[in-house]
Amino acid sequence: MQERMSIIVFSGTVDTLLAASILTTGAAAMGMEVEVFLTTWGLEAFRKGNYQTNMKVSKDYEEYASIMMEQMRKKKVPSWMENFQGAREIGDVKIYACSMTMELFDMKLDDLESIVDDVTGVASFVERAKEGTTLFI
Amino acid sequence: MSELSTMPINKEIDARGSFCPGPLMELIRGIKSLPVNGVLAVLSSDLGSIRDIPAWVGKAKHEMVGTIQEQGYTRFIVRKLH
Repeated sequence: MQERMSIIVFSGTVDTLLAASILTTGAAAMGMEVEVFLTTWGLEAFRKGNYQTNMKVSKDYEEYASIMMEQMRKKKVPSWMENFQGAREIGDVKIYACSMTMELFDMKLDDLESIVDDVTGVASFVERAKEGTTLFI
Repeated sequence: MSELSTMPINKEIDARGSFCPGPLMELIRGIKSLPVNGVLAVLSSDLGSIRDIPAWVGKAKHEMVGTIQEQGYTRFIVRKLH
């Protein structure tokens, strides 16, 4: 059976999204089936156009936000969105939106970046995630 | 080593300055356009590549022909097996 990695993306800050996107890419490259479950701020980050203006970093490190953005720009580090797109190109990656967050934030699938495959509930997500590794970011 | 450095290369990808997992991604994309038995060289300055590229090559069942440590980067030589 194909190995599986399930990643719950709760945070919508650039630093954590970058980490989630790189893990997704690595797992996809190594032939794992990857499922990303976007919830709360993680889903908000996938609202159309948001990734182009999002410059938030984790609260604990907010004083580093401008340095991090500057370094990423200077060193041409691919954005987390580009990483997710690249991961999909090379491997088996599914990106799902949490239905509860969609309700909470009045979102429709059309409001989200096209990289998001579909909407799912938490129960079916955990049912699939019990095979393999699950990460909460 | 001399044999490795003079080995004919069908395609060279210069991924220096690209960050993890960039060089690996360029290798995965680049190997697709190569014929079977073709030899690819990937240049990477990312330290993660030293373990990542051989790990991927093994997993993807290609051949890690060798690595050459150059000044500030590594040259990875991979043969496409399928």
